[in-house]
Amino acid sequence: MTGLARDIAFRAPALPDDACRAALLFAIDPFGLGGVCLSSRAGPQRDAWLAFLRARLPNDMPERRLPNAIADDRLLGGLDLTATLSAGKPIVQRGLLADVDNGLLIIPMAERLDPGTAAKLCATLDQGEVRLERDGLTACHPTRFGTILLDERTEDEEPPPTGLCDRLAFHVTLDPTQQGDPTMFEAADQDAIVLAQEILPGVEIAPEYLDAICGTTLAYGVASARAAILTLRAARAAAALEGRNHVTQDDVALAARLVIGPRATQMPAPPEEPEAEPEESEPPEPQPEPPPQDLPEDPQDEPDAPQDLQEPLDPSALQEMMIEAARASLPANLLASLASELGRGKSGQGGRNGQTQMGDRRGRPIGTRRGIPKPGQRLNVLETLRAAAPWQPLRRHQRASEAKSGTVPRMEIRRDDFRITRYKQNAETVTIFVVDASGSAAVNRLAEAKGAVELLLADCYIRRDSVALITFSGRLTEVALPPTRSLVMAKRRLTGLPGGGGTPMAAAIDMAADLAQAIRRKGQTPTLVFMTDGKANLTREGKGDRVQAGQEAMTAARLLASAGIGTLMVDISPRPSTPARELAAAMRAKYLPLPFADPAKLSNAVKGATDNV
Amino acid sequence: MAIPFPFSALVGQDEIKQALLIAAVDPSIGGVLIFGDRGTGKSTAIRGLAALLPKMQAVAGCRYSCSPDAPSDLCPDCSGGKNKTAKAVEISVPVVDLPLGATEDRVVGALDLERALTQGEKAFEPGLLAKANRGFLYIDEVNLLEDHLVDLLLDVAASGENLVEREGLSIRHPARFVLIGSGNPEEGELRPQLLDRFGLSVDVRTPGDVKTRVEVIKRRDDFERDPNAFRDNWMKEEDKTRKSLMKAKKLLKEISVVDTAYEKAAELCLALGTDGLRGELTLIRAARAHAALHGKKTVTIQDLRSVAPLALRHRLRRDPLDEAGSGTRVQRAIDDVFAP
Repeated sequence: MTGLARDIAFRAPALPDDACRAALLFAIDPFGLGGVCLSSRAGPQRDAWLAFLRARLPNDMPERRLPNAIADDRLLGGLDLTATLSAGKPIVQRGLLADVDNGLLIIPMAERLDPGTAAKLCATLDQGEVRLERDGLTACHPTRFGTILLDERTEDEEPPPTGLCDRLAFHVTLDPTQQGDPTMFEAADQDAIVLAQEILPGVEIAPEYLDAICGTTLAYGVASARAAILTLRAARAAAALEGRNHVTQDDVALAARLVIGPRATQMPAPPEEPEAEPEESEPPEPQPEPPPQDLPEDPQDEPDAPQDLQEPLDPSALQEMMIEAARASLPANLLASLASELGRGKSGQGGRNGQTQMGDRRGRPIGTRRGIPKPGQRLNVLETLRAAAPWQPLRRHQRASEAKSGTVPRMEIRRDDFRITRYKQNAETVTIFVVDASGSAAVNRLAEAKGAVELLLADCYIRRDSVALITFSGRLTEVALPPTRSLVMAKRRLTGLPGGGGTPMAAAIDMAADLAQAIRRKGQTPTLVFMTDGKANLTREGKGDRVQAGQEAMTAARLLASAGIGTLMVDISPRPSTPARELAAAMRAKYLPLPFADPAKLSNAVKGATDNV
Repeated sequence: MAIPFPFSALVGQDEIKQALLIAAVDPSIGGVLIFGDRGTGKSTAIRGLAALLPKMQAVAGCRYSCSPDAPSDLCPDCSGGKNKTAKAVEISVPVVDLPLGATEDRVVGALDLERALTQGEKAFEPGLLAKANRGFLYIDEVNLLEDHLVDLLLDVAASGENLVEREGLSIRHPARFVLIGSGNPEEGELRPQLLDRFGLSVDVRTPGDVKTRVEVIKRRDDFERDPNAFRDNWMKEEDKTRKSLMKAKKLLKEISVVDTAYEKAAELCLALGTDGLRGELTLIRAARAHAALHGKKTVTIQDLRSVAPLALRHRLRRDPLDEAGSGTRVQRAIDDVFAP
């Protein structure tokens, strides 16, 4: 370790042991393992991790950062304009993905990565080459690289594109409260990594381990086959790091902890004998993780590891051991989210990501048109050249006959030739349903409200809108479903929605306004549909004060009105009620009492709410 | 180019394999749509297919890979008499990848800039659609592609010719290809109008049992550690698949369909309420290709049964809130209609 790196390592909060191990394994096989998704805020601990990793990679390994707003011609490559013009024939310029060949690609703010960019990255990772069919050029640049995703999201933001995360072996979360002892890994320096790389191709694995790896991924509900393959590669790298040419239990335990655990979407079914599950499944607490040697309950240790190969391995015991190992690194919110959403088929992340993928795509080029570029418009040079090219002999001829003196330019471009790139501004609508599930609503018409939402959902499907769902009752106001196009998921959430508790109206309006603003920032159009009887009786602090709660709700409603978001208030009380009507007025929302809300009216009202603004 | 994973060595994705082989036997079926989870080998299957396909004859030098027996009268190269003296050569069936980020000029073709700049000539530079003629065009993440490009592709795939009207060029050229799209439904669904323009559709799932999964990663691992040896090991199996494919292509014209099969096909489509006659047509064609692949000369109810989910699944009027998915509905209808 260099002096500087050591300095950083000492001053910064020390790194958790497993974060270091992930870095070591990644350094051994950066292209096979794909990369690391590092969840952490920017800070000294993250810098320390990057320094730790960098110190173990070859000094001459190229490193590139991928800016968030990268354009396709820089990402994949495109026409090199200067070279093209001076050479008089199209010249290809390599893109960032080709330049980073054999190197390290760092993606800051990965949670905001454009879905299109992510998909191009995935295709490049899968094929080991950048395929270019752009700007009249065809090219193919082979490239292999390791990827570091820096995921800096706060809790309510969406995770980085899941397709990309799926291809990266390690998902590491740094947390300043989790500290290990990085001095443990001082022996594993650059030379040790090089040595391990020499061993790696010859590392063998007994078939029983493969069974255990697959069994473990299944037990944790990890669907992708890539996860199993990455676990296998991680186990091999772990063995190579220890200087062994065969995989042992310790290696698969480590691999399970680093690769499978963070991907878990369900808790494994307990083995035959019933266990005390709740107590045992607490480990995601901020605790320094035990070193791997402690994890397998088998008394086997490294000294007698060679026996591993001779002794018949018991696959089910192995799998149990791996399941236990992975338990140590389950995502912190897994248990909570499982508890609140029973019988859900997929992890919340899946749905969230679906939204991201289609969501943020403002300003994609969709073609060109003739015209002089005005400020804010972009000249499409290639298309302009194409437009001008056929006329060149004619113009040259003309010019030569007109003016005898002066040089004849290589290219003569006239006003008519200019072509402007047209961009498509995305006008996708996101309909946010804010559903009151409080006691009073439940007594009234929660079931009908659900029915009405379902009707609107079918409408949204036809219009290809996204939907989001906010529910509120008692002290809990939550985004039950972040914006998604998966209507099945929306319906599932809604069906499982219990009724009861007070009505935290103000909190619900606040949250709806926040979500709507977030959607607007992405260039989409939010529409709000409130389904409530408007009878606020819980304050923002969660106190049961009808008067104050009512005032707070009105204030929140007025604030919402100032944001100018299309809003519809569906009153679900048995007959049109004053509170809901007043609230609607304060929000400047369209008011629609449910008793009169037949399907056609409802769907028209939602459409109307968008158009009104 | 890297060695592709052998098609025959794919584990547990029989539906994808079947759909691709059927489309290879009878390209008029109209494309395959593969939707499914991440990491299920969608792309692997298609790249494997490219290596599996038998070679074909083409006019040497023709940029649209025209067949020497019947050069397309649309082809600007062959009809202009440019290739009159050209010989026939053996080429691989084109399997063209449409990479994400491809621009329209490269897809449909455009003015050749180099020749325009240097020689002042107005020449057409064919795009990917020309390259894919008589072969396959593969689009990964079809749901991330711009809608106008998807429309264009489906249009060309259906009509078999590409019309270019840009930069003062006016060109028509043959573009007959099998469109293969793949995607992940979590990343957004395809517009319903586009769905039923694909002939077959496959719903891929990750295999749920440990045994299959172990086999998947075992083979993948073996392949990655020594691709050459792995390919050699699977050579025999690949030859077998290739031969049955070639045989099926020859057999296809001779296959007869029993009347009851037509009736059952109509009954099935009625029961499912599919719009138009495209469903029945595709169903019969797919059943014919299926029979051919199995070396049979008559289409039986059994063939119909095995291809029905592929041919019909995506043609149902979709209820967006139906959780069971259309696969279940098709299966139910099949069980009803084919009940003894």
